Amino acid sequence: MTDDVRSTVSFVVDGEPHRAAVGSSVAAALLNAGIWRVRQAVDGAPRAPLCGMGVCYECRVTIDGVAHQRACLVPVAEGMNVRTIGGSGE
Amino acid sequence: MTAALELLDADLAVVGAGPAGIAAAACAAESGARAVVVDESPRVGGQIWRPRLGHPPRGTARRWIERLERSGAVVRIGASVIDAYRDDRGAFVLRVEEQGMPVALRASQLLLATGARERFLPFPGWTLPGVVGIGGAQALLKAGMDVRGKRVVIAGSGPLLLPVAASLRGAGAQVAFVAEQASPRRVVSFALGLWRRPAALVDAVRYRAGFAGAPYRTGWWVREARGEGVVREVVLTDGRHSRVVPCDLLCTGYGLVPNLELARLLGCAIEGGVVGVDEAQRTSVAGVWCAGEPTGIGGVDLALLEGQVAGLCAAGRPDEARRLFPPRARLRRMAASMERTFALRDELRALATPQTIVCRCEDVPMGAFDAAWSPRQAKLYTRAGMGPCQGRVCGPALAHLYGWPADVVRAPIEPARLSGLHRSPEGSDANAGSGESPAAPLAKGPHFG
Repeated sequence: MTDDVRSTVSFVVDGEPHRAAVGSSVAAALLNAGIWRVRQAVDGAPRAPLCGMGVCYECRVTIDGVAHQRACLVPVAEGMNVRTIGGSGE
Repeated sequence: MTAALELLDADLAVVGAGPAGIAAAACAAESGARAVVVDESPRVGGQIWRPRLGHPPRGTARRWIERLERSGAVVRIGASVIDAYRDDRGAFVLRVEEQGMPVALRASQLLLATGARERFLPFPGWTLPGVVGIGGAQALLKAGMDVRGKRVVIAGSGPLLLPVAASLRGAGAQVAFVAEQASPRRVVSFALGLWRRPAALVDAVRYRAGFAGAPYRTGWWVREARGEGVVREVVLTDGRHSRVVPCDLLCTGYGLVPNLELARLLGCAIEGGVVGVDEAQRTSVAGVWCAGEPTGIGGVDLALLEGQVAGLCAAGRPDEARRLFPPRARLRRMAASMERTFALRDELRALATPQTIVCRCEDVPMGAFDAAWSPRQAKLYTRAGMGPCQGRVCGPALAHLYGWPADVVRAPIEPARLSGLHRSPEGSDANAGSGESPAAPLAKGPHFG
């Protein structure tokens, strides 16, 4: 692995602190943190990124208070506050 | 609120910063045109050239990205186009959301290089977390997804399977099975065709070597994904036998479909599912050009040629574009043979059960549809295609399953903020949506969220 994973940022997901490599997308950072319930379907089933490129909207989360952000298109940043959509229907 | 939003002026506005858009913008800007490129990703390169985290771009990708930087073209990333129309002076206006802020881009000419997305076909369990696209896995890997030690199954179709298997393996994944649905006969005859193109053959051998030891089967496909909360195993079949393979990640996808929303919104003629263009890459709408995957899935080399032709022609240098016509014709023939090789087998239409979700945004199951409907009826009766992705995933699936044509495209073509939609570049609050398709209500159904 030639990735320089030493430079990391800290961010918060649903109140829990996590770290991610600088430059990661929020989607990749969530999966690396073991968070596979990124969104919740109408029937309560968990959903997670599908397309990885901004098409499917399955990875939408609230980032720093802004709802419906596609986690796959947003690079994770120091101090970022991410909320996954857990059944509230937002 | 009457504050004018940021307005950018250009001679040529390019939508999409993949190979086609980069080549077009660079060629146009080098010819003295004011070119502006917008792309919704955080980095240029499109899906194919976007570098993996910690691995700077190399080779052709690097040369073109550097050429774009030197060309003087303005690049706006993180910028999604939500509407396009002609203003009363005949200029094109793109309404763009850039990191949540509305921006308008006004240009006398427009170049669509909107690329392609994966075609997904529904099967039981495909909505489980851990089921991702094949290109999707590649994109997530590039964006930093850690696959070390993960057991991966790749099941789908097309030339992406082998390179993605190789790159996942290179990143530390255990590739447990690669299933190509196309028949062995077709894939072999395609592979033999590669002898006529030595570079492609070298690629194929390198990819095959990249995951030596993992079973690669043609004529096999995925029937079901199982797991609680995340995928744990998949059922693969060749129609007679089946195999259950444990995995942590299932990569699936059935080729690529062009992104045509913007072209259709602008009224460009669509022929056989792709944007119709003339030899200069002109669409049927004067002033609108198109290059790359939207004119037919053809890969990076073809996209580069089409982008150069379009950029040169749009900048008034058609004579220089002419020398690119013969190689472009050659690559288009290759693309056609690729399409025949990876034609989808009928069994894939029968995988979804009545309970299988087809529209993932609105949770519409297969059993809710009637094959006799039009796509418009399906939308009105079931809400399929009315969620945030606006049918980008279920639309091509339903088109394949039922032969339904694509439904009408209306602005905004992506979910957008009201604060951006109600402001016009002229600074008034007048609704300046597309002439024939006024800004539609937001893609906001009861389940949005």
